[in-house]
Amino acid sequence: MGRKEQVLGATGEALVSSYLESIGAKVIERNWRIKRGEIDLIARHNGTLLFIEVKSRSSDKFGHPLEAIGKDKALRLQRLALAWIATHDHWGANYRIDCAAVDFSDRLNPVIDYRAGVL
Amino acid sequence: MSLARIKSVALFGIRGVIVDIEVDISDGLPGYSLLGLPDTALQESRERVRSALLNTGAPWPNKRTTVSLSPAWLHKSGSGFDLPIALGLLVAQGVIPQGRLDGQIVMGELALDGAIRSVRGVLPALLAAQEEGILSAVVPFANRLEALSVGRVNSIAFADLSQLLTYIHDGLLPDYGEAPQSQEGANLLDLSEVAGQRGARDALEVSAIGGHHLLLIGPPGTGKTMLAERIPTILPPLTQSAALEVAAVHSVADRGVERPLLSRLPPFVAPHHTTTATAMIGGGAHAIKPGACSLAHGGVLFIDEAPECSPGVLDALRQPLESAIVSISRVTGTVHFPANFLLVLAANPCPCGRFTGKGRGCTCSSVQIRRYLQRLSGPLLDRIDIRSFVEAPSRLDLASNEPGESSEVVRTRVISARRIAEERFKNEAWSLNSKIPASQLRERYRVRKDGSAFLHAELDHERLSARGYHKVLRLAWSIADRNGTTTPGLTEVEAAYQLRRGIDAA
Repeated sequence: MGRKEQVLGATGEALVSSYLESIGAKVIERNWRIKRGEIDLIARHNGTLLFIEVKSRSSDKFGHPLEAIGKDKALRLQRLALAWIATHDHWGANYRIDCAAVDFSDRLNPVIDYRAGVL
Repeated sequence: MSLARIKSVALFGIRGVIVDIEVDISDGLPGYSLLGLPDTALQESRERVRSALLNTGAPWPNKRTTVSLSPAWLHKSGSGFDLPIALGLLVAQGVIPQGRLDGQIVMGELALDGAIRSVRGVLPALLAAQEEGILSAVVPFANRLEALSVGRVNSIAFADLSQLLTYIHDGLLPDYGEAPQSQEGANLLDLSEVAGQRGARDALEVSAIGGHHLLLIGPPGTGKTMLAERIPTILPPLTQSAALEVAAVHSVADRGVERPLLSRLPPFVAPHHTTTATAMIGGGAHAIKPGACSLAHGGVLFIDEAPECSPGVLDALRQPLESAIVSISRVTGTVHFPANFLLVLAANPCPCGRFTGKGRGCTCSSVQIRRYLQRLSGPLLDRIDIRSFVEAPSRLDLASNEPGESSEVVRTRVISARRIAEERFKNEAWSLNSKIPASQLRERYRVRKDGSAFLHAELDHERLSARGYHKVLRLAWSIADRNGTTTPGLTEVEAAYQLRRGIDAA
């Protein structure tokens, strides 16, 4: 991953987390990483844990960003979420897997496409 | 609106079943699932629809998309659902209003650039729609003549998706000019082209009158095929409803080009003798297609070199010959195709084909000659009423400038003879002489005494089997109808006996 993409990704994640705060969710963790993979954002909203994958794109030339998340990837997110729940002693908590796409094709006006409960 | 409902038609044999296509777009990861037992071609519709939409500048939903084809239990096949699915996706995305498509049937395959390609079975599909009271349809431009022939359904044809979208948005119909009339091309074949062949001509005429299946035996090059090809021209033209049924079968088989749409000329189908039983009868795994004998429905099924057919192929014809219907069973269900045809077989007298007259040129051994025609199974020959020898035309016939009787003259006689038979059988379950049941031949439809006496003598001399006896009687009725005799007598029975004997005379 080039430096440019890293900056873009970080900006995207920041945008999404401020969006989450604006709807009343509390972001608990960013870029939680284990050997098996990474969860971009973890938040709590009305007693539900949200695990959010953020995709940032600078153009729509390569299709919609969320198309990059196939069935396998969604299931991997699910396993990561369970891993987080297990390691943080939150057994039995309500949780949800969400995805957010940040479109930077208009640099000054990035657009967030937030999909709740993708599994 | 994120839910859309479009109607289309699935084919089950030559029956159309109205299919509801529901498209639901909901939040979630982009994904596409197609429900309702689609086959591979239909499963691939996603890629065609996607490219077609994007290339016409229409949006593709980057959401969770579910397309359901109901009734869900019916196996659906083919590419005809591309267009309705595409429209469903556009309605569900709010690009076009649902109301514009309510109460319409939509059919068509999409090319990647958005062109709408022809599909098979438009005719039976629209007939099904008409029966269901759906009187409006969107069809591919290439199928528009077929669609127009379903009178009560108002069809609009489009050649590509963007034209269709323009129409939906602005009500602008593309200008295709005047719809060409489906015209009956002048039939180029005529019986007058056949030189001589009195005997065979006679056999053809009687065969056409009574619907008697026919076996033509003769050396190569004597005109067996030429004669057989001209049988449709002496048969009565198809009625409107029969023509529609024939067109429906041909539409499902997707061989529409070979035959003008809704032609009144009975079809002529000549499968090659290497054909398989499946090609003859019909079949296929997902989309069950009619075989040669259903394509010949209402007309003539001609098999040249019949003894060369692989065993089983001809015998597969026994069921349709008996019931005039082909039933094909698959896991997906049983499909029926109509198969009411006149069977005409042609054969050489021996493997080398020259065993004729004194048989001087023939190089076959006597065993070969005997075995050759035995390849036609007994039960099949049993269903063939007339055996006619086609001899090489004589020098005199070929030199004659006088053309033989034209098809029109013969056809007029056939039609009036058939009318007499129909009148006689108006209270019966059949209308052709070849279909008189044996029991009725001994009761209601007996020939005059002198005729039956002649046959009884032949029976006594064991020159005629019981089966042959009934065949001769049926033929005698057809000959009587042609001659205008009310009840067949000795003349008719003798003539019938000659037509029947063919093979023994060899």
